Amino acid sequence: MNQFSYMRVTSKESAIAALAKDKAAMFLAGGTNLVDLMKSGVTSPERLVDINNVPLATIEETKTGLRIGALAKNTAVAENALVIKHFPLLSQALKAGASPQLRNMATVGGNMMQRTRCHYFYDSALPCNKRSPGSGCGAIGGFTRMHAIFGASDKCIAVHPSDMCVALTALDAVITVTGPKGERKIPFGDFHRLPGDTPEQDNNLQRGELIIAVDIPFNQLAAHTHYLKVRDRASYAFALVSVGAAMQIRGGNIADVRLAMGGVAHKPWRLKEAEAWLKEKSATEENFRKAASMAMANAKSQGGNAFKLTLAPNTIVEALKTAAAQA
Amino acid sequence: MDDQLKNEEHTGTSRRSFLKKSSLITALALTPDTVIKAAEKGLDEQIASAIETMPLSLTINGVKQSVRIEPRVTLLDLLRERLHLTGTKKGCDHGQCGACTVHVDGQRVNSCLTLALTTEGRNVTTIEGLADGDNLHPMQEAFLEHDGFQCGYCTPGQIMSAVCCIREGHANTPDEVREYMSGNICRCGAYSNIVDAIMDVKQGGKKV
Repeated sequence: MNQFSYMRVTSKESAIAALAKDKAAMFLAGGTNLVDLMKSGVTSPERLVDINNVPLATIEETKTGLRIGALAKNTAVAENALVIKHFPLLSQALKAGASPQLRNMATVGGNMMQRTRCHYFYDSALPCNKRSPGSGCGAIGGFTRMHAIFGASDKCIAVHPSDMCVALTALDAVITVTGPKGERKIPFGDFHRLPGDTPEQDNNLQRGELIIAVDIPFNQLAAHTHYLKVRDRASYAFALVSVGAAMQIRGGNIADVRLAMGGVAHKPWRLKEAEAWLKEKSATEENFRKAASMAMANAKSQGGNAFKLTLAPNTIVEALKTAAAQA
Repeated sequence: MDDQLKNEEHTGTSRRSFLKKSSLITALALTPDTVIKAAEKGLDEQIASAIETMPLSLTINGVKQSVRIEPRVTLLDLLRERLHLTGTKKGCDHGQCGACTVHVDGQRVNSCLTLALTTEGRNVTTIEGLADGDNLHPMQEAFLEHDGFQCGYCTPGQIMSAVCCIREGHANTPDEVREYMSGNICRCGAYSNIVDAIMDVKQGGKKV
């Protein structure tokens, strides 16, 4: 790991000021991804600004939903009674990610900021446009089992690794960030981005901005919810494909539905067309199958991940069936 | 304890003296831009200060410890290399195996991904702090009784994780134990005996 200097801050204001002063500084929260990236030589900040003592860890009910502080630990959110009651999809997704130890460390804001687990990104001996812009993509034409089937570019085919973000995308969460120019809100679906020609940018957070909270608006989707994650071992592995499904079912018909996927794109992948088609249809396997085919319309294999073209629609159908079957 | 402090003092001093005495070229090869900038001004003292250590006070197994460390030292390396608490093991050093699991304020964490300075003022418990004197912790006894290991390298992490698995209320069924112990890898494959040991402690009802 490179040498760096370290400072602790206890307020949002001092955190923002510290980053504004030092262009080579980064925020440190749970550290589960950043410290790992530093050990691997992928990221080499000259200064870490430890924000763990900034009071941003509360989970509270507002008039319109739940507000989750950016420094709330993944375990605290997953086990929170309000989260389980109103947004079981978020709790399920969090529990499907990482290990209990890592969830005790990792924060909500840090989870959003985590970087791809693409092996070519982690291995600094190999070219990677995300790590070293312009160096090329080692993954294209390489070992692509874990890679994207949606929204990839000829510069990058990496996927976003988070489970939590799949749920937050489906739940129409809104992120609040603050920075030198003040606060702003970012709809969750607009936070992460597709690689295009600038895969080094994972998201639309500006340099110096700090994530402070995520708001999730109340909905009627808690009764029929399922997060289904398919991976190479039963637990503690990144998704090959995951699906977050939540429905409101009235008299056998789908009154409202949300669908999002993980492990398939550079960002959590919301299936809005399939959602729109499913609305007011009956909750049958046949309809789930049609919606899943619709969702796969623009999917493209990279070779090694061709199996995802079959696995992804099957996972969508299975997640919807399981969600619908809940009493 | 005194020996530990002496050791820590000794290590700290020699490292600092080394840096001060070493040639500029050696320092340049090892150090980041901020230091190189200081070196360009020909200020040796600034080189030493740029790699300055920082104070850290925390409680480990009930004993207050005050050390000076570089910011990049992980909790795992502080425990093993500075305080000589080598019960906590370094497996992958990347948060993938769980061998380094310790408790920080009662929560199980991967000490390899925890920068030590982030534990200022916290209470850390390692495998050395689990037993009550010569009386083993119920989980340690259960691992012995059920042969919950072969080579034993992952065992301290398994036991620290297992204790929290029960405390968190996640040891109600063997399946739940398997899920909530998934952050601890055992290359010998002692999993079935580990699950038996945890279920035994859980069903025995002893305080963990």
